[in-house]
Amino acid sequence: MARIIVVTSGKGGVGKTTTSAAIAMGLAKRGHKTAVIDFDVGLRNLDLIMGCERRVVYDFVNVINGEANLNQALIKDKNCNQLYILPASQTRDKDALNLEGVGRVLEELSKDFKYIVCDSPAGIEKGAYLAMYYADDAFVVTNPEVSSVRDSDRMLGILASKSRRAELNMEPIKEYLLLTRYDPDRVESGEMLGLDDVQEILSLHLLGVIPESKSVLNASNSGIPVILDEKSDAGQAYADVVARYLGEKKPLRFIDSKKGFLRKLFGGK
Amino acid sequence: MDQSSILDFRSGTFFAPILVLYNNDLEKIEQRLQEKIASAPDFFSSSPVLFDLSELNENDKKIDVEALISLLRKLSLFPVGIRGGDPSQEKRALELSVPVDSGRSRNDAILPEIQRKDDTMPEVQPVIREAVRAPAMMITQPVRSGQRIYAASDLVILAQVSAGAEIMAEGNIHVYNTLRGRALAGVQGDTAARFFCLDLQAELVSIAGIYKTSEDLKETPKKKPVQVYLRDQALIIEELS
Repeated sequence: MARIIVVTSGKGGVGKTTTSAAIAMGLAKRGHKTAVIDFDVGLRNLDLIMGCERRVVYDFVNVINGEANLNQALIKDKNCNQLYILPASQTRDKDALNLEGVGRVLEELSKDFKYIVCDSPAGIEKGAYLAMYYADDAFVVTNPEVSSVRDSDRMLGILASKSRRAELNMEPIKEYLLLTRYDPDRVESGEMLGLDDVQEILSLHLLGVIPESKSVLNASNSGIPVILDEKSDAGQAYADVVARYLGEKKPLRFIDSKKGFLRKLFGGK
Repeated sequence: MDQSSILDFRSGTFFAPILVLYNNDLEKIEQRLQEKIASAPDFFSSSPVLFDLSELNENDKKIDVEALISLLRKLSLFPVGIRGGDPSQEKRALELSVPVDSGRSRNDAILPEIQRKDDTMPEVQPVIREAVRAPAMMITQPVRSGQRIYAASDLVILAQVSAGAEIMAEGNIHVYNTLRGRALAGVQGDTAARFFCLDLQAELVSIAGIYKTSEDLKETPKKKPVQVYLRDQALIIEELS
């Protein structure tokens, strides 16, 4: 049985798709057969981040409507043969998805895959609801600022009350926090919420902190998930996230200010 | 002496079977009632009962209210109300200390229908709910932004309550964690309700409709256990030591 992971946030622009691409690639690189699904129907982005936009023929909506079968729609990743992408439709909207159809696709994927990563659209409406409904685990992507934290909190409430697991009174969705676009210098100067502040509000199991990094934009532009950029801080941070998710112990990195570090080194105040 | 400690009016509901009559023959009624009582003596022994005459009156069958009430009492039932009677029947009932229920008798029409077809009484214990609240509601998971919780009783929350969440209780509220959302105790008007919290950072606290917003709570010590209660229509926030 596959494990279904939803990458969600409520707020837009916090790094859901970047995260989905990175962790799906990370899991696949470790030899787990993984599928990543773009639930953002109408605002299709995952294919760009994964660099497979030229190979999209059929999409998620086609599969739900029975116009194509899964194997026709799944795109094999060019960097990793354990990773498959199910793109969203760009010409439709969220109403093209339905609970029953999504359930059917996930069930079919479950037979073949170890992990299924659902890249949720922003918001708390239908698209986001369908992306999280069948999930076993949730990666809640949050930026260190108040509105993002508030929206994540709202999303956590929905995960706890409206998911399939909640409705069937099963063990609840496992919720993990992923703090992205973290800038330790700005935290130190008080411009950004710190890790502790966010944790005080959300009190979640922290899976990792992804530093604000130029490498993320470069990776998006070139269509290669940032986790493959092993020299970059963001790439390494995502690799740690995948390791921690799989149960390994990894110390947190990239959370201390470099300036602070130098200051400590030279004994200044 | 504190005036409020003598008595209190609280809103509450209680349940009683409604006896709907379709026949005005008192002998037949007595016979049928005895059969019913024999089939479930526990249910009927000393049970309050409200009798409904609307079916009879609709079909122009008059019944002697006084005789009916004494029949019910003879069978160890306690008539507590009359419904659907005509003015003279209602007057007679009142003289015999049976109040008139002007409530929505039509809404109950389905229940007697079922009972008429089914000879055995439902396996429901007659519970006379006095104006006593249900046991406290217990929440162990965080209450997240956008969630609402309503307890028709006391409410105990062991996890945090986030900003943008709303917790309401007819009784007291206990939050053994940080409260950042809204908390409304005594929402049905119980001015004796209190609110307890380990760290008050609320957007709003209210007891029986009297509230303070976070703007008014600035002076409140953070990260300290506090209680909130009403005194002379004013919300008192007090550190618990």
